[in-house]
Amino acid sequence: MDFQSLVFYILSAILILAALRVITARNPVHAALALVLAFFTAACHWMLLEAEFLSITLVLVYIGAVMVLFLFVVMMLDINIEELRKEFWSFLPAGMLVGGLMVVEMVMVLGGKNFGLLEPAAKAADYSNTKELGMLLYTEYVYPFELAAVLLLVAMIAAIVLTHRKRAGNKSINPGEQVKVKRADRIRMVNVKPQKPDANAGDEE
Amino acid sequence: MDVGLSHYLVLGSILFAISVVGIFLNRKNIIVLLMAIELMLLAVNMNFVAFSHYLNDMTGQVFVFFILTVAAAESAIGLAILVVLFRNMRSINVEDLDRLKG
Repeated sequence: MDFQSLVFYILSAILILAALRVITARNPVHAALALVLAFFTAACHWMLLEAEFLSITLVLVYIGAVMVLFLFVVMMLDINIEELRKEFWSFLPAGMLVGGLMVVEMVMVLGGKNFGLLEPAAKAADYSNTKELGMLLYTEYVYPFELAAVLLLVAMIAAIVLTHRKRAGNKSINPGEQVKVKRADRIRMVNVKPQKPDANAGDEE
Repeated sequence: MDVGLSHYLVLGSILFAISVVGIFLNRKNIIVLLMAIELMLLAVNMNFVAFSHYLNDMTGQVFVFFILTVAAAESAIGLAILVVLFRNMRSINVEDLDRLKG
């Protein structure tokens, strides 16, 4: 067994254990942290597969942004875990049956006999995965790339609109109302009659 | 024994099966359900990257790039909905979400 296979098996063991921990952890914070470990191990796998750019992207974008978002939300919510864990294991037999069948079928289909492609020829020393990906992304896939950017914008606006709420006692101004204002709304003309000072008032001194 | 394409495919299928079992187990807890979906997407991405490497075709990696984008958008909106839900109902139990009487 060469070194690369050894690394592959160790990483796979860590990945599967982390995935099992994600689905069985009692505390959702622990589940999120195990998911971080799973993503990190997957990034190591992708490094083995010479997908360096995606591997770094997975660490930066997924662990750095999405998983931190998960952790924020988990810590923000005050969850009653006991209520959610009731009858937790009752669906395990059904789940194991479905999951086990899936794995057995997949192994039968994807076994070495049918998909036993071995390591392709090594790349040249000055080969850059990032450059190749960029060349493809900005020429052939430029429209999907722009669509993905629009999708991210929509997701950002949607997340803000969903969670935004008006607070009572907010003193912010409304520019639309300010522009719409008329003279009559602000000024009231009062017709005050001129009055003479009372003639008797001065006599008391 | 050298590591071939099928090793990565089997690893991806095991990950996928684990997350299916996770959806069975955590059927009440939306937040862990979202995490199981993330795990499924990871398994799919693993297959794409493995095929891309062994067939020497970069297109698979471009696809993984787009899947990552969509998954980030999905989890952002999913978590926003979860926060609004918790604010209104004080609970994230799936069984409490029966207002539509479906």
